[in-house]
Amino acid sequence: MSLLHVAGLTKHFGGVVALDGVGFTVEAGEVVALIGPNGAGKSTCFNLINGQLAPDAGGISFDGASIVGIGPRRLFRMGIGRTFQIAAVFQSMTVVENVQMALLSANREIFRFLRGVPRRRRGEALALLDRVGLAGEADRAARTLAYGDLKRLELAVALANRPRLLLMDEPAAGMAPQERADLVSLTRRVVDADGTAVLFTEHSMDVVFAFADRILVLAEGRLIAQGAPEAVRADPLVQAHYLGTTTDTEDGP
Amino acid sequence: MSLEALLFQGLNGLAQASTLFMVAAGLSLVFGVTRIVNLAHGSFMMLGLYAAWTLATSLGGALGFWGGIVVAALGVGLLGAVLEVAILRRLYRAPELFQLLSTFAILLVLNDLALFLWGPEDLLGPRAPGLSGAVTILDRRFPSYDLFLIAAGPLVLLALHLVVTRSRFGRLIRAATEDREMVGALGVNQALLFTAVFALAAALAGLGGALQLPRQPATLTLDLEVIADAFVVTVVGGMGSLPGAFLAAILIAEIKALCIAIGQVSVFGVALNLSKFTLVAEFVVMAVVLIVRPYGLLGRPPVHVREGGEPEAPLRPAGTPARIAAVAVLACLAALPLAATGSPYTLVLATDILIAVLFAASLHFIMGPAGLHSFGHAAYFGLGAYATAIAVTRLGLPMGPAMLIAPTAGGAGAALFGWFSVRLSGVYLAMLTLAFAQIVWSILYQWEGLTGGSNGIFGAWPAAPFDSRAGFYLLALGVTVAGLLALRTALFSPFGYAMRAGRDSPLRAEAIGIGVFRVHWLAFILAGVFAGLAGALFAFAKGSVSPEIASIAESVDGLAMVLLGGVHSLLGPIVGASVFTWLSDTVSRTTDYWRAALGGIILLIVLVQPGGIMGGVGALGRHLRRARP
Ligand SMILES: Nc1ncnc2c1ncn2[C@@H]1O[C@H](COP(=O)(O)OP(=O)(O)OP(=O)(O)O)[C@@H](O)[C@H]1O
Ligand SMILES: [Mg+2]
Repeated sequence: MSLLHVAGLTKHFGGVVALDGVGFTVEAGEVVALIGPNGAGKSTCFNLINGQLAPDAGGISFDGASIVGIGPRRLFRMGIGRTFQIAAVFQSMTVVENVQMALLSANREIFRFLRGVPRRRRGEALALLDRVGLAGEADRAARTLAYGDLKRLELAVALANRPRLLLMDEPAAGMAPQERADLVSLTRRVVDADGTAVLFTEHSMDVVFAFADRILVLAEGRLIAQGAPEAVRADPLVQAHYLGTTTDTEDGP
Repeated sequence: MSLEALLFQGLNGLAQASTLFMVAAGLSLVFGVTRIVNLAHGSFMMLGLYAAWTLATSLGGALGFWGGIVVAALGVGLLGAVLEVAILRRLYRAPELFQLLSTFAILLVLNDLALFLWGPEDLLGPRAPGLSGAVTILDRRFPSYDLFLIAAGPLVLLALHLVVTRSRFGRLIRAATEDREMVGALGVNQALLFTAVFALAAALAGLGGALQLPRQPATLTLDLEVIADAFVVTVVGGMGSLPGAFLAAILIAEIKALCIAIGQVSVFGVALNLSKFTLVAEFVVMAVVLIVRPYGLLGRPPVHVREGGEPEAPLRPAGTPARIAAVAVLACLAALPLAATGSPYTLVLATDILIAVLFAASLHFIMGPAGLHSFGHAAYFGLGAYATAIAVTRLGLPMGPAMLIAPTAGGAGAALFGWFSVRLSGVYLAMLTLAFAQIVWSILYQWEGLTGGSNGIFGAWPAAPFDSRAGFYLLALGVTVAGLLALRTALFSPFGYAMRAGRDSPLRAEAIGIGVFRVHWLAFILAGVFAGLAGALFAFAKGSVSPEIASIAESVDGLAMVLLGGVHSLLGPIVGASVFTWLSDTVSRTTDYWRAALGGIILLIVLVQPGGIMGGVGALGRHLRRARP
């Protein structure tokens, strides 16, 4: 049984068909890239899976159970973590406190009123920061981090609940090419160690071909190809639709 | 009652609706273009009425009745332009909370200005020449001036509509309302546009006020009454929507008129006096609309949400020196009764300060860490104070249980109102909390059987050993310190961090499984609990309670205390409440113009030192540390 199973996913916005009968699977521990030109429907697909939007038709199941209509909070508990296109962290806290909050929530310790956060699960949080290479910044205010480090922090936060599936919509958007590759390779190392599956979108083809196990190609709301990187790269339909139209480092709008 | 009488009251309502619309339309225009909710807008209406009175009477009526009205409106428009250039212009980029408070400060200053110029007496104007008679409608005499007013509202709507849709000025207004960045792109002198819109809005309000000259006396309470009505109208109609404001003005005016017309009704055998319901009816309508349609009848959701003020530094637990200092201060405070034996008033003032500190700390708890800017926190203070006073005087409970009832009442009220309020943010949250506080105030004011109405309740005196000044002071000290410690502990706990998480990034908080609504709701309830406790202390300190303790002014005092101290400092509310209470005590004993002084203080904080006292102390500390090698 696949970890994530998407079938016949369809979403309209007024007259625009953003997604049209898209179906795919993600296996446990697999790193899958979702690519496609601007407006192909990638973000819409993510928003449907992570519960921000409701599909017009189609099903999404995680670990064999339907997750259509379930909000982000419960998805987190079920083992789906996520990072945002624009890094979302708690600006008024330190780096390590950001991770501590995720750990406290994962362990259902939010409604505790006595012992202070500084003395809770700090060791665990530091270990997570160490994995993403941020241990040295633990006690800095999160709002003073450089953008690349913010993205790493988000990754550490998303990993706190030991998710089985990580959803990352353009995890490296707005970063320099070298930083992008660094972040994605870091992610790849970390999830390989945990056996976490990842579904991500990314505009840089070099990064995608270097780090994804499998690639899904969307165009105009339809899935036009999927498979191993080499196969997708060679696919004439993909070349016609996509590879010819976008430069390597182009960003989403 | 007869159908005719009902229709007749309906006509009365329409006459009232016109002025309401003129005031609300300006409020709405200004909000649309500048995103500022101008609490001083009602003052323009009041000043328009006063100015028209002066022009029609003391100046010998040289301009005639109608000339006087036009000149009054223009004068108020000019005042609006001056205020925009001098003060509001500096606020466009400030956090919403600061904008609201500054405009409230302007309201205070203008009110004292009117007191200075026209004195405290009500002033009734002359009748309108040519329209002093009455016509017979439905067998009743209806003033012809009121008919004229009924027509004036739609005429102003039509004129505004033409200006907004047909003229270049109107196109700019629409552009600015829909997309602020676009105005810059159009190469328009944005500053000039804003000044013009503000002046137009002020003139409209001034006109609305001046037109009331034959119908109602000019009084100093008009500004708050009118702004409350105008708010309800704009919020119900939808911020920034002129037709919405018109619709809502009629709706609100008619509901008020009908409440008066129907008077006493019997519902399931319980006699309800609806005419007393007028004060609260509009707030009930607004609360219902905000709950069902959060952006008003014809309003649209705001395009972009504003960032909430200055970035806050991470919390640091107090170090050893700070702990020692706290214990030393506490020891001094505990010894105060010994030092102050010669001047009993010192202990009275100190007790007032302690109560204010607990109240401000409870407000800061939700304002700072949770980002919930409540404009009606006095409601929970009032509920606590009344619960205690009622428990002691009506139920004969001893002091201990009576003091415990207060936090329960405050918390229960906060649970009910918070459930609706914490879903909203920004102006809408501010307005809904304000509306709920007005509802509480009206209930306290009108439920005479239980609350003693406007007189309040007397005779809630503390029992031995707290019945001496020193004894009660020490009790207040103990309760306040315990309350502060509890709030502080909560802020450092996972729950307190979750409050800030929900404020910093609701998206991220939900994504890591934190239920932002639940956390903020509980925070709101806890704030109500501690405000209620402060209310209990207040009731025993004064021996009496009256509706003023739940008024808008009281809520704004709380906001001023928190801001004066600094929102982003845990010491802020303590320092702010102490300085504020001491200052207001000192200043109000030397001048009649305490409100203007308070307004000046608020403006000073917002324009010069937005971080409050503690923000200033922090910056000074950093500066000194950097100066040293
Ligand atoms: N909320 C919305 N309302 C209306 N149309 C939308 C909405 N969201 C997406 N669309 C439309 O659906 C289509 C797919 O958009 P989507 O954002 O999913 O594309 P994308 O593949 O993520 O593009 P990009 O690479 O630019 O991020 C586009 O035509 C877009 O205009
Ligand atoms: Mg996208």
